[in-house]
Amino acid sequence: MNHLDKLEAESIYIFREVAAECEAPVMLYSIGKDSSVMLHLALKAFYPEKPPFPLLHINTTWKFKEMISFRDRRAKELGIKVIEYINEDGLRQGINPFDHGAAYTDIMKTQALKQAIEKYGFTAAFGGARRDEEKSRAKERIFSFRNAAQAWDPKHQRPEFWKLYNTEIYKGESIRVFPLSNWTELDIWQYIKRENIPVVPLYFAKPRPVVERDGHLILVDDDRLPLRPGETPTIKNVRFRTLGCYPLTGGEESTADTVDAIIAETASAANSERTSRVIDKDGGSASMEKRKREGYF
Amino acid sequence: MKELLKFLTCGSVDDGKSTLIGRILYDAKLIFADQENALIMDSRVRTQTGELDYSLLLDGLMAEREQGITIDIAYRFFSTEKRSFIVADAPGHEEYTRNMAVGASFADLAVILLDAAHGIMPQTRRHFHICAMMGIRHFVFAVNKMDLVDYDADIFNELSSEIRELTRDYPSEAVIIPTSAKKGDNVTVPSASMPWYHGPALLQYLETVPTIQQPKAESFTMPVQRVCRSDGTFRGFQGEVFAGSICVGERIRVLPSKEEATVTRILCGAADMQTAERGSPVTIFLDREIDISRGCVLTQNDRLICSAVLQAELLWLDDEPLEIGRSYLLKAAAQKIPAVITKIKYKLDIESNTKTSGDSVHKNEIACCEIYTDTALVFDLFQNNRNLGGLILIDRVRHTTCACGMIRSHTSVSQNLSFHKTDLNRSFREQNLSQKAQTIWFTGLSGSGKSTLANALEKRLFLSGKATMLLDADNVRMGLNRDLGFTKEDRSENIRRLAETAKLMNDAGLIVLVSAISPRRVDRRMARSIIGSAFHEVYINTPLETCISRDVKGLYQKALRGEIRQFSGIDMAYEPPEHPDLIIDTTEVDVDKCVQQLLRAFFDDDAKTVRT
Repeated sequence: MNHLDKLEAESIYIFREVAAECEAPVMLYSIGKDSSVMLHLALKAFYPEKPPFPLLHINTTWKFKEMISFRDRRAKELGIKVIEYINEDGLRQGINPFDHGAAYTDIMKTQALKQAIEKYGFTAAFGGARRDEEKSRAKERIFSFRNAAQAWDPKHQRPEFWKLYNTEIYKGESIRVFPLSNWTELDIWQYIKRENIPVVPLYFAKPRPVVERDGHLILVDDDRLPLRPGETPTIKNVRFRTLGCYPLTGGEESTADTVDAIIAETASAANSERTSRVIDKDGGSASMEKRKREGYF
Repeated sequence: MKELLKFLTCGSVDDGKSTLIGRILYDAKLIFADQENALIMDSRVRTQTGELDYSLLLDGLMAEREQGITIDIAYRFFSTEKRSFIVADAPGHEEYTRNMAVGASFADLAVILLDAAHGIMPQTRRHFHICAMMGIRHFVFAVNKMDLVDYDADIFNELSSEIRELTRDYPSEAVIIPTSAKKGDNVTVPSASMPWYHGPALLQYLETVPTIQQPKAESFTMPVQRVCRSDGTFRGFQGEVFAGSICVGERIRVLPSKEEATVTRILCGAADMQTAERGSPVTIFLDREIDISRGCVLTQNDRLICSAVLQAELLWLDDEPLEIGRSYLLKAAAQKIPAVITKIKYKLDIESNTKTSGDSVHKNEIACCEIYTDTALVFDLFQNNRNLGGLILIDRVRHTTCACGMIRSHTSVSQNLSFHKTDLNRSFREQNLSQKAQTIWFTGLSGSGKSTLANALEKRLFLSGKATMLLDADNVRMGLNRDLGFTKEDRSENIRRLAETAKLMNDAGLIVLVSAISPRRVDRRMARSIIGSAFHEVYINTPLETCISRDVKGLYQKALRGEIRQFSGIDMAYEPPEHPDLIIDTTEVDVDKCVQQLLRAFFDDDAKTVRT
């Protein structure tokens, strides 16, 4: 068994443990490359059955258009239930990424996620986070316990040994489960290639209209993006290394339009993938941990 | 594809673990530009001189940065031209030993750091022993901070012989390297400051050390994680091959039932396979219908053990100490079974590496214990296979992971025994007797009225046509338990035998009344876990003064004169039940009323009617 086989086996084992032990699991599906790999692994883990849990997409209403069409197409092809959840209250208040900064992420993502988990009574939620992404993620267990307020307590994590996961919880508590904990960005792309996994076309370089803003190339995905004085969209050959809300996700100039080219680019990347996220920088070096403590994925 | 090495860095606090890893990543140019910029910025804020603090690359939690220590394991990923690595950076403080152990269970190799000026610290020994106990066979001792001892070869040589002494008794390989993580000596490249050292630099060694040897020929074993029922026409058994390999057409055995079947199909994902190797996640189909559920084990290994009694080395993790007789949830492979720790065989003093005796085990201590499981557990010994011989214990109320354990042996008595299913079980016998088998356990001080009440209740049940038996502890001590004295261990054993006897009688369909002082909560808890749901605890709460004034057997007078030692209520505590099923105070109420109370609490109308 090679390296990818071992990673695959570990993830499948985790999926099956959750399905066997947890009452109401759900898979957080963010439509990105990690979610695509996670979904593929889930399909493999349970075949010939379908995965015994639904997918949940927290929609901030600011996702790239191509993400939503990809989501709907995949759900149809696979015959899998995708629950879309939008924080309607936030929507009514007009919360948006331009005027509300960190509050936007909190209300439209973190609060929305907590509301959805509570509404449907999910007891375990798979997330596609990887430990190589960011230094507070690097500290998190594969089975990450959340109290009734869905908060993470990094100082008292449940110890985890071998393949033995403690899934005991009381009503209201839940577990976030990260089957891709030990994968790296490069592993993800090599696996996408090996298994021929469909991903959103935004990952591949192509001429796209963008504006340069605070050091990021922001896609003009629809007419809701308010242009600042002096900003005019220009066409650049751009790809996205991560996907999220389009006003908060920077693209990079690239010619990588195949999976092979992306693998080569990833292997020699000078910066980490999270540099393309505008939101990670709000609140300094510990911002991710703060959000996670409050219930963010 | 490059080979992967998972390793752990550990050692005492401040010996420079996080700095070492940070240094490897930095020197080998394995960090991204944005991370390097963040490191430079953070270092400016946190150090006086602006000198790079490499530990900031790893200590990712706010509390860690605030306190300048490592609290939990950090996993870092890097890859050189020769190999891919995942490093688990462990905390050095004793308080966080459990987090260090999490890393040890993950790793194939451990890098243990020492401060050249301080030498082997208690935590150095502790970490080495935990790693060795958890099956790590490759060690690197990095004698760090050599710059602070002027790169002195004598100091290094002296420490090396102490390290050899420490590792002598273990079947492991240990390499010793003098380093300075801060200055970069022997971290990624050989140091010019230590020309007397001719071995490899740390990273060079990690890139070339032969990783895990292929496991020797072993037989197929796969615990069933879940049963897959696609459309009701077939059932597939999903799990990961933990040992050996399996081919379509081969016979397998199912444990614990010992039924046999032939493999007809193997799926890996959606692909049909002729054979599956160790480590593969598969779905296996069999040629006939057998009762198989999660936790069952499919195997070709005749030596796999199926026993309800085992011995394991436990590393205690919980803030609450280990409790003998308390029921924990034991998880091993895909099994989750209630289990009771019945005995602490010995404790391991990690600093001197000696076995000591003891009756309590606290957080971060190691003890070898005897464990009884409610139903037979299928396992292998830990040294043969960590996935089949490792276990965790979970607190049933607080849900904490209390301990991790390595199964070392199983008690010889049950080695060749298996539980024979008999055709007639308890419920048939109960039906035949028209009664529900149960055990009413009377606990309370000597003279509180236990035996009197048990006796009266039994007579009453007898008149209602019930089949009963009264076990009076004093009487049982004259026969079955005549070899037992009054030490703590003997008192526990006395209760255990009473409970096992009561359970056997319950199995025979009988209503059993046990009258025993049973002063210790842990012992009564053990009795409850042996007897199960048929157990009912009745606390005869008669005040001590009343008991002393009754003193039917004259024992209180003797105890008060000091002629009897360790007498409950006098010079040994009686621990009242916290949640008894019934409390009876005999001071004010007469025996008949008490019997009525008992009947109401535990028996249906049938038992209350006296047959004529």
